[in-house]
Amino acid sequence: MDLDLISNILYAMVRCGTPLLLVALGELVCEKTGVLNLGQEGMMLFGAVIGFIVAFSTGSLWLGVLLACLAGILLAALFALVALGCQANQVATGLALTIFGIGLSAFVGSAWVGKPLTGFEPLAIPLLSDIPLIGHMLFNQDVLVYLSFALFALITWALLKSRLGLILQAVGENPNAASAMGLPVMRVRTLAVLFGGAMAGMAGAYLSLAYTPMWAQNMSAGRGWIALALVVFASWRVLRVLLGAYLFGLASILHLVAQGIGISIPANLLAMLPYVATIVVLVLLSRDAVRTRLYAPVSLGQPWRGGH
Amino acid sequence: MPHSASSLRLELRAITKRYPGTLANDRIDLRISAGEIHALLGENGAGKSTLMKIIYGVTAPDSGEVVWQGQRVQVRDPAQARALGIGMVFQHFSLFETLTVAENIALALGRDAGTPKQLEPKIREVSQRYGMGLEPERLVHSLSIGERQRVEIVRCLMQDIRLLILDEPTSVLTPQEVDELFVTLRALAAEGCSILFISHKLGEVRALCDSATVLRGGRVAGACVPRECSDLQLARLMVGDAEGLEASYPKASGGLTRLRVDDLSWHNLDPFGTSLDRLRLEVRSGEIVGIAGVAGNGQDELLALLSGETRLPRGERERITLDQQPIANLHPDVRRRLGMAFVPAERLGHGAVPDMSLADNALLSSFHQGLVGHGMVRRGRVEALAENIVRRFGVKTPDIHTLARSLSGGNLQKFILGREVMQQPTLLVAAHPTWGVDVGAAATIHRELIALRDAGAAILVISEDLDELFQISDRLGALCSGRLSPLKATAHTTLTEVGRWMAGEFDNPAAA
Repeated sequence: MDLDLISNILYAMVRCGTPLLLVALGELVCEKTGVLNLGQEGMMLFGAVIGFIVAFSTGSLWLGVLLACLAGILLAALFALVALGCQANQVATGLALTIFGIGLSAFVGSAWVGKPLTGFEPLAIPLLSDIPLIGHMLFNQDVLVYLSFALFALITWALLKSRLGLILQAVGENPNAASAMGLPVMRVRTLAVLFGGAMAGMAGAYLSLAYTPMWAQNMSAGRGWIALALVVFASWRVLRVLLGAYLFGLASILHLVAQGIGISIPANLLAMLPYVATIVVLVLLSRDAVRTRLYAPVSLGQPWRGGH
Repeated sequence: MPHSASSLRLELRAITKRYPGTLANDRIDLRISAGEIHALLGENGAGKSTLMKIIYGVTAPDSGEVVWQGQRVQVRDPAQARALGIGMVFQHFSLFETLTVAENIALALGRDAGTPKQLEPKIREVSQRYGMGLEPERLVHSLSIGERQRVEIVRCLMQDIRLLILDEPTSVLTPQEVDELFVTLRALAAEGCSILFISHKLGEVRALCDSATVLRGGRVAGACVPRECSDLQLARLMVGDAEGLEASYPKASGGLTRLRVDDLSWHNLDPFGTSLDRLRLEVRSGEIVGIAGVAGNGQDELLALLSGETRLPRGERERITLDQQPIANLHPDVRRRLGMAFVPAERLGHGAVPDMSLADNALLSSFHQGLVGHGMVRRGRVEALAENIVRRFGVKTPDIHTLARSLSGGNLQKFILGREVMQQPTLLVAAHPTWGVDVGAAATIHRELIALRDAGAAILVISEDLDELFQISDRLGALCSGRLSPLKATAHTTLTEVGRWMAGEFDNPAAA
């Protein structure tokens, strides 16, 4: 294979993995505090449709991204109200949120299906983008991809190095002890859920404003679900989330490449590849039960009520 | 001991706290001087926890005064207590297992104290000064219970503490660890830090404390200098004139082997749990075998294997036999029908269903006692059984239709143990039979266990209370890291030896 092809594959891998990375990072932060929000797919779709409508109507892509984040936060707030405020079952609430988000986005976006839009264009960074092999992948992307790099660095630092990371982990492991220590458990969890909503909304906006600048029903195609699996099989470790997201991107590209060079495997089987490959690799990585338990938030999915 | 006003660190004046239905603290006075180790003695329910929560600002008193170093104060919350210089080590640690020692301490001390890395030298320094080995970068889940307690203590000492409150600190330690803790506490007191030591273990109070305040039923029953009192005098202050305080029971030697555990190994899939390694033990009819050990050394796992909550595959069913019949693969229900009875460690949710009445809970493990006929529950008999348990074991409850969750821990324990004893089992396996039960009721439970033994039953008691094990068991051993020490006749072993077993110092038991 020549260098150009590899360079192009890497480029596409990052592009394709970015929405997954964004939504999975949001869910990771959320789960670290012990809240399982299965509504990612719904929040993503709602973000995608709102982002598209706003960008199409106003002509401002950035306004679209902003309101897409707000749309994600809106649905996440709904989740927080029910699952945290009223201590409802998190699994059921999250599932309901996804179903609601799918329906709502289809309803809101019905008049916008198939409309053309000029999305975010690649923004080459001078000199750096000329580096062989990785220059194209890292420095010739659109601005939302650069933003995802920055967010990844920020979240990695926050989780692993900062006091905030300690607080998130403490709240997720033992909310009672954290509360006894004077940490505002409910506020931490609510903010984490809202942050997850913003990230899912942004991931949606990436799909409808950069990846494929258009709106189609269900255009997230299960990425919200894959993100949930990704966080679990990445054993709640942020580097593995990145790895998993790009692995998914790579597998998505490979099946296109494989079809391109005429390998005769049924297309439906190939389309399964990203999902299967991502999960298989991460399952293999998460075999070490002790280490997994070290990173897993013990109180995940359990409703918590303060003041007892 | 004379208290000059200037050296008084803490004084409580007529502290009163009322909860619905009970007067938890009734005009309690307490004085602690600088550098004094003061014991707060009392049974469960005597008002100790309420009083220390008031001092630490967790709850507010209805009336009375708290005087801190000569100043009247109102302690609104634990943060204010810490700011005053009051530190507290709770019975249940509030540590995060997935964080390191330094991270745990940094979280508790707040942002201004610095990052975990910055705190490490100070943690080392404080822990070494008081003779507590502690590595700041270790993850808490890899620490023993004793080491975790040190983290809690060091966390208090990192702040400028003038009064350290310890709630039953020795209940989770081996005898040797207790000695180490006492060295630390004496060093602290010598520097002028006052210590409030809450306990119901009389020997420890006598060994450590300068003075003691004894609570009974929410009131001060007396104050004394523990070194000048006998255990019996202290116990009388704690419980009044209850019977059976100094009971000693004749030891029995047992008859035929009833329960045999032969080379029992079990791999725990939970990485933080304990795996069992080649356990061997026998319990004969007419004897009580006691298993000592600090919690988390395989007691829960052994109990689950004996009760049938964990079952071995058919091929290994000979590992546990009852009257020479292999049972290791049988379900709990079948084992109960063979004459076994169990008292699990956890009362609510395991020993009893919280949302069911006492009568229904009595039925749960007694189906085979003629309580069911033609597929129908015989309510009359069930209620008669429950009434009987309540009466015979002195369970304090309004009636037998009360929900299990509304009983206090000790009362529910009496009920569960009573339920199992009433079935006249041939083998009883009981975990922590008197945990959280007051001294008077514990004596009742001990008498009933001895009576059951004398009627020919085999009894296995798993407990963390060494005094209890020495009092009632005929043979004794200890679990440490999933291995079982040799079993010795209680008369032929000593507290020190069992303490060594609890710390894992014994030869390969499988060879014995």
